[in-house]
Amino acid sequence: MTVLDTTIDLDAVTRALRVRLRDDQVRDSLTMCNLYRRDASNMTGRAGIVCFAESTEDVQACVQVAADMGVPFMARGSGTGLAGGAVPPPDAIVISTTKMNKILSVDEVNRIAWVEPGVLNLDLSKQIADLGVHFAPDPSSQQTCSIGGNVANNSGGPHCLADGVTNAHIHGVEVVLPDGSISILGGEEPEPDGLDLRGVFVGSEGMFGVATKICVRLMQNPPDVATMLMDFESVAEGANLVSDIIASGIVPAAVEMMDQLCLIAVEEFIHAGLPVEKAAALLIEVVGPSAGVAADVERICQLASERGVGAIRVAADDAERALLWKGRKSAFGAIANIMPNYYLHDTVVPRHKLAEVLDQIYEIVSRHNLQVLNVFHAGDGNLHPLILFDGSVEGVFERVHAAGREIVKASVNAGGVLSGEHGIGLEKRDLMPLMFTETDLSAQADLRRAFDPQLISNPDKVLPNPATCGEIHSAPEGAWI
Amino acid sequence: MDLTLEDFAAEVGSSGPVAIAGLGTRSRPLSDVRVVHAPSGIEWIEPAEMTICCGAGTPVDEIDAALAEHGQQVAVHPGGTVGGALAVGQSGLRRLAYGAMRDALLQANYVNAAGKLVKAGGPTVKNVSGFDLCRLLVGSYGTLGFIGDVILRTRPKASFEQWFTSDRDPWELLSGLFRPTSVLWNGATTWVLLEGNDRDVAEMAERFSLTAVPNGPELPGGGRWSMAPSELISLKVASPGSFVAEIGVGVVHHTRPRPVRPPDLVQADLHARIKREFDPTGRLNPGIDALSIR
Ligand SMILES: Cc1cc2nc3c(=O)[nH]c(=O)nc-3n(C[C@H](O)[C@H](O)[C@H](O)COP(=O)(O)OP(=O)(O)OC[C@H]3O[C@@H](n4cnc5c(N)ncnc54)[C@H](O)[C@@H]3O)c2cc1C
Ligand SMILES: Cc1cc2nc3c(=O)[nH]c(=O)nc-3n(C[C@H](O)[C@H](O)[C@H](O)COP(=O)(O)OP(=O)(O)OC[C@H]3O[C@@H](n4cnc5c(N)ncnc54)[C@H](O)[C@@H]3O)c2cc1C
Repeated sequence: MTVLDTTIDLDAVTRALRVRLRDDQVRDSLTMCNLYRRDASNMTGRAGIVCFAESTEDVQACVQVAADMGVPFMARGSGTGLAGGAVPPPDAIVISTTKMNKILSVDEVNRIAWVEPGVLNLDLSKQIADLGVHFAPDPSSQQTCSIGGNVANNSGGPHCLADGVTNAHIHGVEVVLPDGSISILGGEEPEPDGLDLRGVFVGSEGMFGVATKICVRLMQNPPDVATMLMDFESVAEGANLVSDIIASGIVPAAVEMMDQLCLIAVEEFIHAGLPVEKAAALLIEVVGPSAGVAADVERICQLASERGVGAIRVAADDAERALLWKGRKSAFGAIANIMPNYYLHDTVVPRHKLAEVLDQIYEIVSRHNLQVLNVFHAGDGNLHPLILFDGSVEGVFERVHAAGREIVKASVNAGGVLSGEHGIGLEKRDLMPLMFTETDLSAQADLRRAFDPQLISNPDKVLPNPATCGEIHSAPEGAWI
Repeated sequence: MDLTLEDFAAEVGSSGPVAIAGLGTRSRPLSDVRVVHAPSGIEWIEPAEMTICCGAGTPVDEIDAALAEHGQQVAVHPGGTVGGALAVGQSGLRRLAYGAMRDALLQANYVNAAGKLVKAGGPTVKNVSGFDLCRLLVGSYGTLGFIGDVILRTRPKASFEQWFTSDRDPWELLSGLFRPTSVLWNGATTWVLLEGNDRDVAEMAERFSLTAVPNGPELPGGGRWSMAPSELISLKVASPGSFVAEIGVGVVHHTRPRPVRPPDLVQADLHARIKREFDPTGRLNPGIDALSIR
């Protein structure tokens, strides 16, 4: 195993990269490196050189230089990751995929498309909308996040409840492995020979190499859609309805919850007539052929009334549906009206524990003298507590982090997991032992070492305390949360 | 379960060659190798979570029967054990609508080559905590670890299902029908399985003049091929009368064995490295190579 040189000769690396790429693709100015030193988390690292790849060969060139010189590299899509996955390791070669943004082919009959990793999530669905198909994973960041980032983080979104998260929508990935070799993992065929390397690459947070082409599964647009907004006097009533619906044999396309603070913030922002006086609201969407949709709506309304639902607002047309969804999707923007900063957490609990864990979250946050707003994928138990704070207040970060850690612990103690869609990255790396034993973690480290024996592909993320490899540096210098 | 995970791990032990068998529908006995069996039995079913926990040695038929009582099912092929089906990794005829079987595995406790228990994945339906060892286990033929127990994602059984036949082009049906559960084609006839609300199914059947039939087609048992869905059309000329293809998926049930393909050298190398990391002495299921077994 090569020991990473902690004193990287950046000039030499730049020269080597410029032999393989055009000068304007290899940028090492301080301004550029500063631009790329962080993602959407509030951690920062230190980019050494930023390369703008335009092809698989460009990516391969960067990775080969990194491998030859023993320098870390990190793929970067749009930098919207929330767990610090795209925070560069010190002096890393950052490989930006933003210029690899072509949709290469679309087969709407067999519902398969090949795209470059820098294609933005929503761009893909928009470009193919007239073909009657879409890419199902729809993270709230879909206007800006890249499909390469979705693959690396195995991202989710409101409509992943019925259709599954990104992994279920990726047929194959062309990758440049950390030794510079190129291979297609998976592919258009359903049962390629050997292990499901495609499946393990998805969600590997940039640590198993760089995705350079992605073969995605497209889903048919539904003939009929019903979107309902239901409000409740208590968070628990809404949360319990979620379990009732699933137990009754209905899996809606989406079930999202907003609590009162969220409703208030969003209403001020978009004026959609949201029930701001209620403790919580559920946004429920059912799709499919019309008779099935009608039957599901009827059953869901019946279950809701048994749970003491207040008003049920059914979107009368596409415009009203869009407005209700806009309410859900603008939560992040709306927060600015309440507090200058927020810290978004992402954990999952069994659905029947939602009410109990939400209670704990309110208690934890108020004990730390903070405010919390909840807007989340209730259908699959995926909590997104947003802790609101004013970063200029002294000592507030300590409180935010202490509360966050308690929330994660409460979720895991309730039989849940550390992350449902944002990933582990740097943010939760040191919390991994809450869920996994040393043996579990060393199995994950073994898999990573098989892909990346030199440990140069986005090192230091996901796996805590690199005990299996004491020689590599730990958290990026100067990293702060 | 009829055996604790700890006792199962002790049986696997930490040295010497050892093989695992389910119901043996797929495995050839290896001479001179000690054979172990995974724990069997259902631990719990959580209908509101759509999850089930069971020993990997549990017959799939047993969990099917138990889930049916809750109006649920699991996308794992019946006939063998849960662990055997996962280790082989093949999806069933309903993959078009249900997705691949691998997506059903949420968590597995397996015994590694050192005889220690390892947890892969997590208990919830959504989880991205760490690297996805569950995906690695599905289709690994017991060469990387022996699965002791699992948590699987279940799904509701549809209130109504019906097979149909048609002489229409299968791709026309794939495009026109809304999310058919299965579309099968033998080059001449198309079979379609529709599920959901009975009125929706009847409406679609009428719109596409489908004829209701009691069952899908007999599947040729000679070989299971894997093709890009767009290439299935070539079978009509290349293999008339000797296949049933899963349209939109690409699995072909053929009278002839699956053609042997040259391995991708990069992937062969990666497979070898993974095997070395997980089972350095090659003691688990010796003689089986996950890359060449099909
Ligand atoms: C307001 C907001 C809302 C969000 N909502 C959601 C949500 O609903 N659901 C959800 O899942 N996430 C959500 N996210 C998180 C984020 O948008 C997703 O994780 C997204 O998939 C990241 O994509 P990206 O292109 O920005 O990746 P980046 O942040 O650039 O990178 C993320 C990780 O992917 C790796 N990576 C990127 N490209 C490649 C590649 N080509 N090959 C290999 N590795 C690569 C990076 O190394 C890094 O580890 C949200 C973020 C924000 C800011
Ligand atoms: C549509 C469809 C049709 C099929 N038709 C047939 C058919 O007609 N005949 C047929 O034989 N198969 C068929 N299969 C394949 C079927 O999935 C497997 O044969 C069967 O489920 C294996 O179960 P088993 O208990 O018999 O496993 P075994 O045959 O005992 O073992 C299979 C493999 O799994 C390994 N294994 C078993 N248990 C474990 C464990 N706990 N942990 C790790 N590895 C383990 C074994 O070592 C062996 O390598 C079909 C599959 C599908 C999807």
